[in-house]
Amino acid sequence: MMEAIRVEKLTKVFDEVVAVNQISFDVAQGELFGLLGPNGAGKTTTINILATLLKPTSGRAWVAGHDVLTERNEVRRSIGIVFQEPALDIKLTGRENLEFHAMMYGYSRAERQARIREVLRLVDLDDKADLLVEKYSGGMKRRLEIARGLIHQPRVLFLDEPTLGLDAQTRRHIWDYIKRLNEEKKVTIILTTHYMEEADYLCERVAIMDQGVFVALNKPNKLKDLIGGDVISLEIENKGERLTEKLKSLAWVKSLTYSDGFLSLTTEMGEKKIPEIINLARQEGAAVKSVYLHKPSLEDVFLHFTGRSIRDDVASERKGPPHSHQRPWRRR
Amino acid sequence: MISWTAIYVLWLREMKRFLRARSRLIGSLAMPVFFMAFLGLGLNRMYLPGMGQNVGYLSFIVPGIIGMSLLFSSTISGLSVLWDREFGFLKEIMVAPVSRLSIVLGRVAGGVSVVMLQAIIILIISFLFGFKIPEPASLFLALVFMILISIAFIGLGLVFASLLKDMQGFSLIMNFVIFPLFFLSGALYPIGNLPEFIRFLAYLDPLTYGVDGLRWSLLKISNFPWLLDLFFIILSALAMVGLGAYLFEKTETA
Repeated sequence: MMEAIRVEKLTKVFDEVVAVNQISFDVAQGELFGLLGPNGAGKTTTINILATLLKPTSGRAWVAGHDVLTERNEVRRSIGIVFQEPALDIKLTGRENLEFHAMMYGYSRAERQARIREVLRLVDLDDKADLLVEKYSGGMKRRLEIARGLIHQPRVLFLDEPTLGLDAQTRRHIWDYIKRLNEEKKVTIILTTHYMEEADYLCERVAIMDQGVFVALNKPNKLKDLIGGDVISLEIENKGERLTEKLKSLAWVKSLTYSDGFLSLTTEMGEKKIPEIINLARQEGAAVKSVYLHKPSLEDVFLHFTGRSIRDDVASERKGPPHSHQRPWRRR
Repeated sequence: MISWTAIYVLWLREMKRFLRARSRLIGSLAMPVFFMAFLGLGLNRMYLPGMGQNVGYLSFIVPGIIGMSLLFSSTISGLSVLWDREFGFLKEIMVAPVSRLSIVLGRVAGGVSVVMLQAIIILIISFLFGFKIPEPASLFLALVFMILISIAFIGLGLVFASLLKDMQGFSLIMNFVIFPLFFLSGALYPIGNLPEFIRFLAYLDPLTYGVDGLRWSLLKISNFPWLLDLFFIILSALAMVGLGAYLFEKTETA
């Protein structure tokens, strides 16, 4: 089967600044693919090239089998795009914005009405469709844009930071739409984000992008495995050495360090291993004072590959192990 | 390859926006009416060589004022691509599967309709000030000139919109391009009175031919044969829209 997207050594240079540097990747049909990286990583530039809004400096790319340079109209016909910044005419109503779009894509009046009704229902804007867009909230605008991106039933949908600046609840809603769309309508979706949770929750595969290059590309779980799996840290009162020896003989313990009552081991599915460790400690007569589980996030993956944190991509010069966002779990 | 639907949609959008912004219409009528009321009436008894006999100053400048209104509104209409760029809507237009030429023509169509509506209202207001047309049949020719002037300067606006990228240069364009084009065009005085060097500049100004053609259609006074005016204004319209379309096709939107 033909890939939905094929990119070969794509490069874009703006006034001597290399925004995208020789990236290559494929996206399968029906895949939900994420570009994760800090601002300025080159994610939007990549999307804009694929959407025919920018011309690559070098390299080639195909979307739905069409060359983005030589078959621009065919590419445009196959894609839908939701831009990072709103691209609505705020002096028109929601419905008029959709009408405009449907007409541009050559739909007849009857088709238009049916399509618009369907997409409005999908994003729950039926009752707000005849308001001027300038009266819309940020979340409504975003939903309207997603609806618009779907009117012409694109085979490939680009979402550039689809939940940027939205509150947690709206973000959840939009995630659900995106997932449903991908699953029910089999639309290939490429989204960019700098939210780890978003990439982790939504994407089947994630490319981590930094300074114009891909530093890693894989399934979110595989990416997290790359940096060694979950870390369980235990504080032990006595017989720590005996417990250590026991644990070392277990197959699921990938690595282990022990010194002065502090035991740290890496494994997969750490939360399921904790009871087992506690039981073992009891058998060996060791008293566990505290347990601490750290599950790696894509944040850690990003840090691992770039040596910087994704959140504060400028100021970050953090060294040493990543701190966890999870609170330690304590035995009572 | 031209998509008539795309042209229609862009025209429709312009119409809807225009009809919703009444203040825009009022604002665009204010300056021309002030010119007629304050300059035209105030200087009505003045005579300038080359103005033609039996024509008051007010009547002399009515074609010029219409030309001015067309010049300003058309250029701004072309430049409004910059607003669309600012508000992001341009991207929505640019990812649509239609030729860039259709997009340019749609803009021109929308712009011409809005601008012509304003110009016709100004012409009607001028009748209230006592403006008279000796040969009502030539009104048709006047409308042709008005449409052509409007197309030419929408094209100019599109050219600048492609060159500017953002709103920063807007007042620069207004002060260094639009006002000189207006003053040089002979809208307010016969250009025969200009010193030779400046008159040469006036000959390079497309609006000169537009205003002269309008003045011929409305008053039967002119500097050049009206067919020459027609020729130059058609040439300007084609050149500017062509250049505007070319630059529009070339620029990247993101």
